[in-house]
Amino acid sequence: MVISPLRRKVLRDLRRLWAQVLAIALVLAAGVATLILGNGAYSSLYETRARYYEENRFADIFADVTRAPRALLAEIEEIEGVLDAEARIVKLGLLDLPWMAEPGSVLFVSLPGGNGAGLNRLYLRLGRLPDPQSAREVVVSDGFAKAHRLGPGDRLPVLMNGQRRELLITGVALSPEFIYALGPGQMMPDPRRFGVVWAPRGGLEAAYDLEGAFSNIVLKLAPGASTDRVIETLDRLTARYGGVGASARKDQLSHAFLDAELKQLSAMVKVLPPIFLLVAAMLVNMTLSRLITLEREQIGLLKAIGYTSRAVAQHYIEFVLLIAVVGIGIGFVAGAWLGVGLAQMYARFFSFPYLVFTRDPQLYGLAALVTLAAASGGALYAVRSVVRLPPAVAMAPPSPAAYRQQMGWAQSLLRLRQSGVMVVRHLSRWPFRTFSSTLGIAMAVAILVASLWSFGSIDRMIDVTFFRSERHDAQIVFGTPEPLPAVFAARDLPGVLVAEPFRSVSARISHRNLSKKLGIVGRPEEPQLSRVLDPDLRPMRLPDAGVILSEALAEALDVRTGDLVTVDVLEGARPSVTLPVSGISLGYVGLGAAMEIGALNRLMGEGAMVSGVSLQIDEAREAAFYAAAKAAPKTELISVTSLMLSRFRETLAENITVMVTVYVVLAGIIAIGVVYNFSRIALSEQGRELASLRVLGFTNREVAGVLFGELGVVVLLAQPLGWLIGYGIAAAMVAAFSSDLYRVPFVIGREVFASASLVVCAAALLSAYAIRGRINNLDMIEVLKTRE
Amino acid sequence: MAEQSEIVFRATGLTKVYRNGALEVHALRGIDFEARRGEFIVILGPSGSGKSTFLNIVGGLDQASGGEVWFEEHQLTSLGEAALTQYRRDHVGFVFQFYNLVPSLTAQENVQLVTEIARRPMQAADALALVGLADRAHHFPAQLSGGEQQRVAIARAIAKNPEVLLCDEPTGALDSMTGIKVLEALTQVNRAVGATTLVITHNAAIRDIADRVIRFADGRIVEETVNAVKKQPSEVAW
Repeated sequence: MVISPLRRKVLRDLRRLWAQVLAIALVLAAGVATLILGNGAYSSLYETRARYYEENRFADIFADVTRAPRALLAEIEEIEGVLDAEARIVKLGLLDLPWMAEPGSVLFVSLPGGNGAGLNRLYLRLGRLPDPQSAREVVVSDGFAKAHRLGPGDRLPVLMNGQRRELLITGVALSPEFIYALGPGQMMPDPRRFGVVWAPRGGLEAAYDLEGAFSNIVLKLAPGASTDRVIETLDRLTARYGGVGASARKDQLSHAFLDAELKQLSAMVKVLPPIFLLVAAMLVNMTLSRLITLEREQIGLLKAIGYTSRAVAQHYIEFVLLIAVVGIGIGFVAGAWLGVGLAQMYARFFSFPYLVFTRDPQLYGLAALVTLAAASGGALYAVRSVVRLPPAVAMAPPSPAAYRQQMGWAQSLLRLRQSGVMVVRHLSRWPFRTFSSTLGIAMAVAILVASLWSFGSIDRMIDVTFFRSERHDAQIVFGTPEPLPAVFAARDLPGVLVAEPFRSVSARISHRNLSKKLGIVGRPEEPQLSRVLDPDLRPMRLPDAGVILSEALAEALDVRTGDLVTVDVLEGARPSVTLPVSGISLGYVGLGAAMEIGALNRLMGEGAMVSGVSLQIDEAREAAFYAAAKAAPKTELISVTSLMLSRFRETLAENITVMVTVYVVLAGIIAIGVVYNFSRIALSEQGRELASLRVLGFTNREVAGVLFGELGVVVLLAQPLGWLIGYGIAAAMVAAFSSDLYRVPFVIGREVFASASLVVCAAALLSAYAIRGRINNLDMIEVLKTRE
Repeated sequence: MAEQSEIVFRATGLTKVYRNGALEVHALRGIDFEARRGEFIVILGPSGSGKSTFLNIVGGLDQASGGEVWFEEHQLTSLGEAALTQYRRDHVGFVFQFYNLVPSLTAQENVQLVTEIARRPMQAADALALVGLADRAHHFPAQLSGGEQQRVAIARAIAKNPEVLLCDEPTGALDSMTGIKVLEALTQVNRAVGATTLVITHNAAIRDIADRVIRFADGRIVEETVNAVKKQPSEVAW
């Protein structure tokens, strides 16, 4: 095969300029990798969930009731649009594991109907399903089993409805209902302290006094059925039986968390790859423009001996396309590799029986295409000059760069030395390049700001939630509301220093046509442990009448302080009242509404009742407290703040390391890519001048100072711009990530900007260091003899 | 007058060998040379005769392979990179064939570039006036003719009040009319500053303006002529 001379030149140019080529290719690769990773992970997660839901018949509607007769099921199945319904028993129990002193809970769920008919069917990973007649045999959730190293044949001691039972594990399973298995009162999945236990209906009926009844119902809808209408009918039917209102799938906890993750991924795909591709296009433009300037005479020669403009232009396009191909190759490998890493991270967070890997060739094709387009886009502007250059003009040396005296005031103001004037004039001589390099480096800063801010905001979330608002050490939640004396009983538990009651009532709060379902929490007028804070973090006094809404809820309902909202209680006598909004409170987790506990109890008309107590515990007597609280018959749930917090931090710490590494590498690639190419081009343009300065007696350091001065200005200008762009991206992320589940406080401390700048400046220094050798080796003798 | 002055440069047995793989090129094959303060020396010789190599070593741009070069009390052949830089900075003015002005600086700023780092510089405006360019001080190189650019380069070279002025083909890129103007500038500053001036050229016509003419061939000095009477640049032509 004969390789045409121009093709050979392309290959030689690539080899000669390998460092610059690699720097550009890496930026392109980062774009390709994030594109593949983001889209791949998104579709992988989406497809896995869809398939899992489909195969295991994940329900569309979920509703809790206190106790409904099984006969109601037939009525529910008759609702128009309902394809299938399953009446279940879903009840909380406590773990009573001898090797775990701290409290943990289990969610008992009756096994779905057999013969493939049931909803939310299990994916059995180990062992077998329990004998339907057995009152002891159960299947446990996979994460829980792993956390405790339990398997078929092991025993599981639990407290069911206050009674100690020893269950027998026959199998380990997963369910589409608990992909994100968040225990009640937890902020992060903690498989050690929360597990799902599927048991045959009979045993659960007996344990929870639900013979012939159910406590939860799930529905599968026919395609095209109206979820809202079915929920409306369902709520009407279940109201009599303590129904607190059904939820659609989008509000189901596990599903909603997965949705939030998908949303983040799609945001990443929208933000990161375009940044990389833009920067890469810019680098291509810079580098190619310089190459074409240097090869001006060769271009003229080629044209003079008969090569068409097209052929010459194609030559340079080929050069760029080859860089893109290198970038695409690296990006494919990195994207696939990172994809595996991300999948492993998902496997830790989400309980999937399998992950559908979408190695969609279309995605790879698209990524390649977009990248080639970005690279050629960058090349086009530069190559235009090749086409326009007449051969005769090309072969003559270029006219010297014309400079103008600009910004004389700035010079005299800064008292610049002449080498400083060189820096300023050279930068302003090529404003587009200066600007695009500044923008490129700013993007690296922005990526870091937009990723690092989240740590500060998580700290803030923890600080506000656990140290200012929910200041209790533990909370006991009763199975059903108890009369006030239960508080005194709790205060008498070993180790309890302070006990503060709360009442929680399910309700729907509406304003105009907007409504949200949530628990209204009644607290003492001036709570000490479980406080309500205003947006300035001052504790709020709970009003005699009226309700305080969290910011998220107030926004969702579009209400301000003083507006009236309708409260439809979904428990007990189900009263409906109109209440004034007496304040807006700060809250990051979930939607919140608070009332004074007396006022809430008056509204319920059931006397002085409490749903649970917030407690301050003597640390030294923790173990005794755990044991006694577990044994107390009314206890349904014990949540311990310190355990929740440490789990929260632990989980974040795992991800923070990974995330910081990834983003620092990505930002480093951009910073190094831009700085290196910028310096190489500046050196190539000014090499002759700098060598002349060396002849005139400038030291290496002084000469390097001219080049690095330019670089320094660009890097410096990029910092505030990067902070600004990063701030914007972060603000957009806050808005995009806020949901009913949680909202993220927008806190960007100075340390975020500082660390982002530090990383980028370090990358810049690294590139500068790589150039230093070239400056030291400037050929002084050569410049004496040659024309540029 | 030159005869009574002290010796500024002294080279003995100077050799330079370039190695390119197995190939050895003897650029200088034993040069003995002396130059006195204020002397104007023209160095002639064909391409590859070693004259530029000689100038580079004397100017502290290149290292010799053997022999010695002394500048006043400094032995250049024993100096390291940093010391050579300092030597160029303090004592040497260079004029290049292609001027090598910094295009982003005006004529005056190009001169200031050097005066800022010099130990006992003259005013940049004075240096420009000396080469007859006082009125062009605020023009950028791109706005100046070739001859004007070369005169700016000369102003830049002498503004530090150097002991030595080294010029490598200063008129090589210029036509005769302009070249003469440049030579006038050179002789004038040679007189005014008293710098020992070494001018390399292909152009034998220039020989008549020198105190002394040295001819290089094949890495050796083959001829040395002392001009009893120096001509004015305006009296020569090529």
